[in-house]
Amino acid sequence: MKKEWPVWEVFIRSRSGLDHRHAGSVHAADAKMALENARDVYTRRQEGVSIWVVPSASITASDPEEGGELFEPAKDKVYRHPTFYDLPDELTHM
Amino acid sequence: MEIDINRLDLEFQAKIDSGKTIEPKDWMPEKYRKTHIRQISQHAHSEIVGMLPEGNWITRAPSMRRKVTLLAKVQDEGGHGLYLYSACETLGISRDELFEQLHSGKAKYSSIFNYPAVTWADMGAVGWLVDGAAIMNQVMLTRTSFGPYARAMVRICKEESFHQRQGFEIMLSLCNGTAVQKHMAQESLNRWWWPSLMMFGPRDEESTHTEQAIKWKIKLKTNDELRQQFVDQTVPQIELLGLELPDPAIKWNEERGHYDFGAIDWDEFWRVVGGNGPCNRERLSARKEAWEKGAWVREAALAYAEKQESLREAV
Ligand SMILES: [Fe+2]
Ligand SMILES: [Fe+2]
Repeated sequence: MKKEWPVWEVFIRSRSGLDHRHAGSVHAADAKMALENARDVYTRRQEGVSIWVVPSASITASDPEEGGELFEPAKDKVYRHPTFYDLPDELTHM
Repeated sequence: MEIDINRLDLEFQAKIDSGKTIEPKDWMPEKYRKTHIRQISQHAHSEIVGMLPEGNWITRAPSMRRKVTLLAKVQDEGGHGLYLYSACETLGISRDELFEQLHSGKAKYSSIFNYPAVTWADMGAVGWLVDGAAIMNQVMLTRTSFGPYARAMVRICKEESFHQRQGFEIMLSLCNGTAVQKHMAQESLNRWWWPSLMMFGPRDEESTHTEQAIKWKIKLKTNDELRQQFVDQTVPQIELLGLELPDPAIKWNEERGHYDFGAIDWDEFWRVVGGNGPCNRERLSARKEAWEKGAWVREAALAYAEKQESLREAV
């Protein structure tokens, strides 16, 4: 047998009200074991209140080489930000 | 093609110089990838092999408080190994290959773990000095250029501080105890002092990789700079414990603003690196045995998972 346990990406919600954030990865034979391993490896000091595990092979990632095409079109759209608009200082609550 | 690689190389270095991190899917020179696989795996192996000398004392700890502490520390070191193996695997090497390199002796681990922990005071000296020396190196690495490595270091550094403090506390209790206990602390300090200084690696003039490592921010300080920093921070701690200095040549040098210290036995260093320290064979065979005896568990868990999967598909 030369097969490795698959890799799972681990996401942890550190406190209630916050998003899950990527913490790292673990190897595990199945999802249940992945959760248990993630608990032992990434939350030994109460770093989390909830864990997601996702098989690494299921993740589709954007290619860094295509970063320009993907993200640069948003660069010149400054009008999407509130600071683009010139309004008088007297104006409040806006 | 040649020109293209040169351009990529220059852009890559410029990215590092500007403080950006390199992520696993980014283009990187082959040498950067290889160097990182070597360094990160060596670091991971050190964490895992480092569990052995302390694991040996868990059942012999003198109180419940010391036992839970030591257990938690050793568990942390296992965790550190796992963070680092994960970071290393993002560079395209598998966990099994990494273990294979450790077991075959192709990959190294920190030589400090080839020394035996023979008294309870060694649990104090190891936490205080060995973790202390490791922390200095690891704090520096939180700013290294490879993202997964730097992030693993941040996590590790947060956990290390208790390791060193609990070690110092053990030393402190022994130093405040009976004459025999204090003697045990002194003897342990004397034994661990020189191997701890060796942890920072060969002298700068003999360290071949320094220049490249500094360019890639794997090193932000040289071996000798870190070693001096360690001596400067540790000497006052030895005095605080009321122990004698383990090296008669230690003396404050007003002009340099640092402590001077005696010559390191580099023959011993190379002997241990070369596989002939007091415990090299014992450590490696303990790791191999754990791997081989665990094989049936790995196989059974996978067989069970596959069976469950096929049952689900059949429904
Ligand atoms: Fe560690
Ligand atoms: Fe540690």
